[in-house]
Amino acid sequence: MKTWKLSELDSLFAAIAAAQKLYIPADAAGQPAFTLWTPGLSMTKALNTGRSAKDLFFPQVENLVNFKVSGRRIQVEPGREEVEDFVIFGVRACDCRSFDILDSVFLSDPVDTFYADRRSHATVMTLACSEPEETCFCTSLGIDPQAPAGDVSCWAMEDTLYLEANTEKGQALLSSLPQLGQGEKPQTDASVFHRLPLKDLDFSVFGEKPLMDWFNSPVWDSLSQSCLGCGSCTFVCPTCQCYDVEDFDGGATIRRFRCWDSCMYSDFTMMAHGTNRPTQKERFRQRFMHKLVYHPNNHAGQIGCVGCGRCLQKCPISMNIVKVAKALKEGKA
Amino acid sequence: MSILRDPLIPMVALVTDIRTDTPDVKTFRVVGLDGKKPMEHIPGQCAMLSMPGVGEALFSITSSPTNADYLEFSIKKCGCVTNWLHAIEPGQQVTLRGPYGNGFPVDTDFVGKDLLFIAGGIGLAPLRSVINYVRHHRGRYGSVDIVYGARSKEDLVDYDEILQQWCREDGVTVHLTIDNPQPDWDGHVGFVPNYVKELAFDTGKTVVMCGPPVMIKFTLAGLEELGFRRDQVYTTFELKMKCALGKCGRCNIGDKYVCKDGPVFRLDQMAQLPDEY
Repeated sequence: MKTWKLSELDSLFAAIAAAQKLYIPADAAGQPAFTLWTPGLSMTKALNTGRSAKDLFFPQVENLVNFKVSGRRIQVEPGREEVEDFVIFGVRACDCRSFDILDSVFLSDPVDTFYADRRSHATVMTLACSEPEETCFCTSLGIDPQAPAGDVSCWAMEDTLYLEANTEKGQALLSSLPQLGQGEKPQTDASVFHRLPLKDLDFSVFGEKPLMDWFNSPVWDSLSQSCLGCGSCTFVCPTCQCYDVEDFDGGATIRRFRCWDSCMYSDFTMMAHGTNRPTQKERFRQRFMHKLVYHPNNHAGQIGCVGCGRCLQKCPISMNIVKVAKALKEGKA
Repeated sequence: MSILRDPLIPMVALVTDIRTDTPDVKTFRVVGLDGKKPMEHIPGQCAMLSMPGVGEALFSITSSPTNADYLEFSIKKCGCVTNWLHAIEPGQQVTLRGPYGNGFPVDTDFVGKDLLFIAGGIGLAPLRSVINYVRHHRGRYGSVDIVYGARSKEDLVDYDEILQQWCREDGVTVHLTIDNPQPDWDGHVGFVPNYVKELAFDTGKTVVMCGPPVMIKFTLAGLEELGFRRDQVYTTFELKMKCALGKCGRCNIGDKYVCKDGPVFRLDQMAQLPDEY
């Protein structure tokens, strides 16, 4: 396994950034975020970023195309951002799994070329976890936080960063860093993960009953009652992928852009004649049914959650997918 | 230019003709900038029309695929994009992308069947594509009955085509109805669900239905009373959409996306899905 001195992480970042853009989780305004590395920027001490790593493939706002309109004539002009090769360092196992889930949506036919472009230009360097938070439950979703996937897996142990390439892209990146050392990674200690309070959640039950059994569960009324519809959960969720398409008329040029949207919002399905999800109950139910039942039904059982715990930390009324999954399973809230 | 090639990026098309059908429905004839039909489609499929700066919305293609020259869209004035469309004149360019959705099984399940079309108001728009396709390939199908209702005579879409062509064709029977009596109307008066029950159709027919949700609901109940099964009844849905590609996440009914898995569904399939439409 390749190695690097943790005390010299800055020079590793410099070596990577010499060839392509590098994003690392760093303390930014308000909360840790994946940030473009520049000399002097160091890793956050926090376990994970406030917003997930999906931003780098599916940005919050993204221009799709431009139009010029003169009289009755319309001209379509390129409006998309050119994507260059880039590296993301420090992606946790949960966020790395979220890329698989986003891939299921965006890379299925017809392929979303904006997302695909970013995916193909990215080299993902993951970082194994050793000190989880109480809100972590990735192990309940079959994710091993100590063996993260990605193009390169990394482990920070004692004074050394261990690096292992999993893909050709990862191999190419490591080969471009000739100063890497060689060493054997010590055994990892999993005991802390066995003590996590949410380690034993059961997400397998949702495939065992027909969709309508879950949809008609009596728990939705009480669970959704205090939901504010603020959309914080969708905003921080690494797997939420719903988007809106809007036009901005700047006069000379009209920009068509897409931006994140949320099924928790009252106007999400609003049409000229009304909405088919009129109360917060329907909107709340939609979000969790999508993660736990609809997405798995359409994608070979893949649950639309990675157990990162962000929604547990951010929801202003402390409602979250863990409570919903438990209540659904038990049939009572 | 390769960077333009994404399914979300539309082409520019031209509106060559606008017909006023009813006080709030106009039919728009659309061609590509080369003057030709911009895309091939299956009856029941939809396309995204937009005006940059105004918005983009999904409409069913009302012309039949057998029309080689252009696409037609019958559009009711009811929102932002449709208000804009109702204000334009021929010669206006719009953007277009598609076609989207599955369409009706005109070349499989419908072949050899006696067909009963039931439409209410603007619900005729997606069915007109199927009806004219079936008329073009008349020998492939059995009898054709069309029940069509609107609020008033003036609200019947495609009234001229119905009178001049559909009503005069052998093997096609048209049953028109309006909600309330009016002086220049000697046809049937009453709501579509009741009229369908009165007409007591043979239960061997395959039903193709589109209209407001309340019409669908009551007509289906009536059909079941007559002895029709849900797996004989097809309908087409319309929900809010942004991408029409199964990705923006808003047109789903349960685990089915209307844009991609629909808009055409057989009603027995809907029994396994939430009533969120």
